[in-house]
Amino acid sequence: MGETVTFWVLAVVSVAAALGLVFSRKAVYSALMLGVVMLSLAVLYAVQDAPFLAAVQIIVYTGAVMMLFLFVLMLVGVDSSDSLVETLRGQRFWAFVAGLGFAALLALGFGNVAFTAATGMGAINETGNVPSLAQAIFTRYVFAFEVTSALLITAALGAMVLAHRERAEAKTTQKDLSRARFKAFAETGANPAPLPGPGTYARHNAVDMPALLPDGSVSKLSVNRHLARHTETEAPEAPVAEITEGETSK
Amino acid sequence: MEPAEILSNPGGVIGVSWLMIALPLLGAAVLLLGGRRTDKWGHFLGVLMALASFVVAALVFFQMLGFAPAERRVSVPLYAFIPGVADLGLLIDPLSISFALLITGVGSLIHIYSIGYMSHDTDRRRFFAYLNLFVAAMLLLVLADNYVALFIGWEGVGLASYLLIGFWQFKPSAATAAKKAFVVNRVGDFGLLIAIFIVFTTFGSVAFGEVFPKAGEASQGTLTAIGLLLLLGACGKSAQLPLQSWLLDAMEGPTPVSALIHAATMVTAGVYLVVRSGAAFFPGDGTASLVVTIVGVATLLAGAIIGTAKDDIKKALAGSTMSQIGYMMLAAGLGPVGYAFAIAHLITHGFFKANLFLGAGSVMHGMNDQVDMRRYGGLRTLMPVTFITFLVGYLAIIGFPLLSGYFTKDGIIETAMEHNAILGWLAVAGAGITGFYMSRVVFMTFFGERRWDKDVHPHESPAVMTWPLIVLAAGSAVLGAYLVLSNRLMVFLGPAVGLPEELPAFHVVSPVGLATLALVAAGAGYAWLKYGRQEVPVVAPRGSFLTTFARRDLYGDALNEALFMRPGQWLTRLAVWFDNRGVDGLVNGLAATIGGTSGRLRRIQTGYVRSYALSIFVGAAILAGAWFVVGTL
Amino acid sequence: MTTHYLILSALLFAIGGIGVLVRRNAIVVFMCVELMLNACNLAFVAFARQHGNIEGQVIAFFVMIVAAAEVVVGLAIIVTIFRTRRSASVDDASLLKY
Repeated sequence: MGETVTFWVLAVVSVAAALGLVFSRKAVYSALMLGVVMLSLAVLYAVQDAPFLAAVQIIVYTGAVMMLFLFVLMLVGVDSSDSLVETLRGQRFWAFVAGLGFAALLALGFGNVAFTAATGMGAINETGNVPSLAQAIFTRYVFAFEVTSALLITAALGAMVLAHRERAEAKTTQKDLSRARFKAFAETGANPAPLPGPGTYARHNAVDMPALLPDGSVSKLSVNRHLARHTETEAPEAPVAEITEGETSK
Repeated sequence: MEPAEILSNPGGVIGVSWLMIALPLLGAAVLLLGGRRTDKWGHFLGVLMALASFVVAALVFFQMLGFAPAERRVSVPLYAFIPGVADLGLLIDPLSISFALLITGVGSLIHIYSIGYMSHDTDRRRFFAYLNLFVAAMLLLVLADNYVALFIGWEGVGLASYLLIGFWQFKPSAATAAKKAFVVNRVGDFGLLIAIFIVFTTFGSVAFGEVFPKAGEASQGTLTAIGLLLLLGACGKSAQLPLQSWLLDAMEGPTPVSALIHAATMVTAGVYLVVRSGAAFFPGDGTASLVVTIVGVATLLAGAIIGTAKDDIKKALAGSTMSQIGYMMLAAGLGPVGYAFAIAHLITHGFFKANLFLGAGSVMHGMNDQVDMRRYGGLRTLMPVTFITFLVGYLAIIGFPLLSGYFTKDGIIETAMEHNAILGWLAVAGAGITGFYMSRVVFMTFFGERRWDKDVHPHESPAVMTWPLIVLAAGSAVLGAYLVLSNRLMVFLGPAVGLPEELPAFHVVSPVGLATLALVAAGAGYAWLKYGRQEVPVVAPRGSFLTTFARRDLYGDALNEALFMRPGQWLTRLAVWFDNRGVDGLVNGLAATIGGTSGRLRRIQTGYVRSYALSIFVGAAILAGAWFVVGTL
Repeated sequence: MTTHYLILSALLFAIGGIGVLVRRNAIVVFMCVELMLNACNLAFVAFARQHGNIEGQVIAFFVMIVAAAEVVVGLAIIVTIFRTRRSASVDDASLLKY
C-alpha cells in the first residue's frame, strides 16, 4: 500500500517534471526539472529494493552529472533562453506523433502482458543488496566492469583534450594590461582605474546593489551587467530617478 | 592409276626431312631474336639456312628416287599435335618434294640475289629473317600430311607475305597494300577453314592419308561443298578471281619478295591445294572442277588484259603472274592429265617468272628504283646480262618453241582443248595476249629511245645479283622440255596424284600449238608496231575505254568497294549509331536516372541532427508497432 | 505493480524522446537523453524485481557508468563548439550536409 502511494505520487511528480524539462524556455529550469525527475527515480529505486542504485543515482546523477550540466550552462550563458519557434518544417508535429505513438505502443504492449506477482528481491537481498550486486559485478561481469574503467579514463582524457586550448600568443602580463589601459586613457579618456565594487557606501551588501559615489550618486558600473538586467538597479534609497555616472544626486 | 598408298617412315634422310622446315625457322628465330647484333652476318645466315634446306630437300629427293614408284609416298610422323585429331607429320611424296625443291631452290637463288639488292637497306637482316620465315612456312604448307598443319603453313606464308609487302612500312602505300593483302587473304582462309571443318565432321580426320581413301563414302553434295570452299581458299592465296585484287598492290614490297612470294611460290599454293586434294575433291568431271576451270580461264584472261595496260613494270609482271596461275588453275581442274601440266607449268613458271622479276629488280636497281617503263628504253646495251636473261625468261613465258613455256603452256592448252573446246580457245587467246604484253614490256624496257632522267645512270648489277639470274634463265630455257617430254613429270607425280588411263602423246608440232604460236607472233608483232617502231610517249596517253578498263584492274577494286566496302561502312555507321543512341542511351539514361534520383534523395541529408534523430525515432516507433502487431497475433 | 513501473518508464522515455526532437539547445537535448537513459534504468530495476534477479540492477549500474562518461565527453564537445561558434544550438551545427 505504501509503495502504491509512493509510486503514484512520484509518478505524477516525475512526469510533470519531465514535461517541465522539455517545455521550459530556460535551460536552468530544465536542469532543475531533471534533478527532480532523478530524485524521484532514486526514491522509486529504493522502493523497488535497490538501495545501492538509489544511492548511486543520487550521488552520480543528481550530484555529479547535474553539477556538470550546471557548470556548462554557466559557461555557455545562463541567461540565454531558447526561441520556441520551430524552424524545421513538420519537425514538431512528427516528433509528437512519433513520441506519443511510441509511448502508446509501449504502454499498450506492457498493459497486455499479464505479469505474475513479482518474485521480489527478497531472496537476493537476504545477504544484503550491495554484497549480492558486488558478487555479480566482480565475478560474472568483471570483464565488463574493467572495460568501463577504461571507458571512464578515456572519457576523462577526451574531455581534457577537447576542453584544452593551445595558447597562440604570449600571455599578456599585468604590465601589458596596464600599458593598454593608460594608452586607452590617453586616446579616449577611458577610465584606467578598476571598476568600483558593488555596495560601496551602500546600506546593503548584496551584489545587485549599485555602489554610491562619494557624492551620493549611483555608479552603474559597479553592478554586473547580467544582474543589472534582472534586478532594480536603483536603490530604494536613491533620491533621484535619473542616475548617470558621476552625476551628483539632487 | 589411283594414287599410291602412304607408307610409314623409311628412315634415312627422309626421317629427318623436318630439317627442311626447322633450318629456315631457326634462321628466322635467330635473326629476329638476335636483333641488331646479327646485322653484320644476318644475310649470310639467311642464305645458308635456305641453301641447307635445299640440300636436305635434294637428298630427300635422291633417296626417294631410289624407291620403286609405288613406294614413293611416305609419311614422317613428328608428334601428336592434337591427339586423336591431327598428328603433325610430313608427307613426302613426288608432289611435295617437287614443291620443296622449287621453294628451296628458287628461294635460295632469291636469297643470294637479295644480298645485292638489299645491300643499301639498313634493315637487310630483318628482310632475311622474314624470307627465312616464309620459306619455313611454305615448306610446312607443302610438306604437311594433314589439313590442319597445312593451314598453319598457309597462315604462316600469309603472315610472311604481310610482313614483306609492308617491309617498307614507312610508305603509306606499302602499309595499305600489306593490309589489303591480309584482309583479302582472310576471305580465302575463311573458306579453307570451313572446308577443313566439313572434312573433319564428315571423315572424322584431317589427315590426307585417312581422308582421301574415304572420299567416296561422302555424298556428292558434301564433296562439291568441300571442293568449292577449298577453291575459295585457293583463290585467296593464288589471286584468282574474285579475290585477285591484292596481288597488284602487293608489288609495293621489295622486288625479291615479288619474285619469291608473289610469283614463284606462295601464290601457287592455291594450285598445290587443288592438286593435292584433287583426287578426292576435284574429280575431273565434277562441279567443283568445272568451277576451277572457269575461275582459271577467267583469271588468265583478266590477268593478261591487266598486264597489257600497266606501265609499272612490276605490275605488268604481276598481271602476268595472275594470268599464268590462271593457266595452272585451269589445268588443275582438268583431272590427272591436267595435274601434271599444272605442276610442270608451276615449276617452269617459278623459274621464268622469278627470272623476269629479278631482272626487273635488276633494272630498277640500276635506275634508282624507277618502275615506270615509259622512263626506261634502250637498256639492252647498258645491262647486257640482265637483258639476255630477261629475254630468255620472256621467250619462255610467251611459249617460244622449245623453251619451257612452249611445252608446259601448250600442254595445258591442248588438254583443255580436248576437255572443252571453249576453254581451249580462250586459253589460246590468253596466250596471244601474253605474247603482246610481254613483248611490250621487253620493247619498252630494253629497246627504243632512252627516256630516263638526266641524273639516272643505268649500270649492270653486281655479280651476286646476275648469277642467280643466269641460273634461273638456264632453268627457264630447258626445264620445260625436260619435264614434259616423254611425260617425265607426269609419271613421277603419278604415285601422288594418280595417272590417267593412257599417257598423252606430246607432239612437238601440233595444229593447236601452231595456232597458238601464230597468235603469239601476232601479239608480239603488234607490240613491236606500237612500242618497238613507234616512239613511246613518256606520259601515258589517255587511251580508249578498254585501256582505262584494263588500267583500273578491270574495275575489281571499284567492284569490291561498291559491293563490300560501302555496305560495310553503312553497317558500321549503323552500328555506331545504334551504339551511340541505343546502347549508350540506355546506359546513360540509367545513369541519369540514378544520378537524378540520388540528387533528389540527397536533399534528405539536411545536416540537422534533429531530423536524423526524428527518422531514428520514427523507425523505433514503427519497430515497436511491428513487434506489437506480431506479438499479439 | 511492474506494469505501472514499465508504463511510467515508457512515458518518461517518450517525453525524453520528444524533448530531443523539439529542443534546440544542445544542453537541454543532452538532459533529455539522460532522461531517456533514466527511464530505461527504471524499467531494468522493475524487471529485476519482477524476476528476482540481480542482473537487472547490474545493467542499470553499467548504464549509469556509461551515461556519466557520455555526459563528460558530450559536454566537452558542446563547450568546444560553443567556443568556436558562440552558439549552443544543435541546428547551427549543420554544415555536414548535401
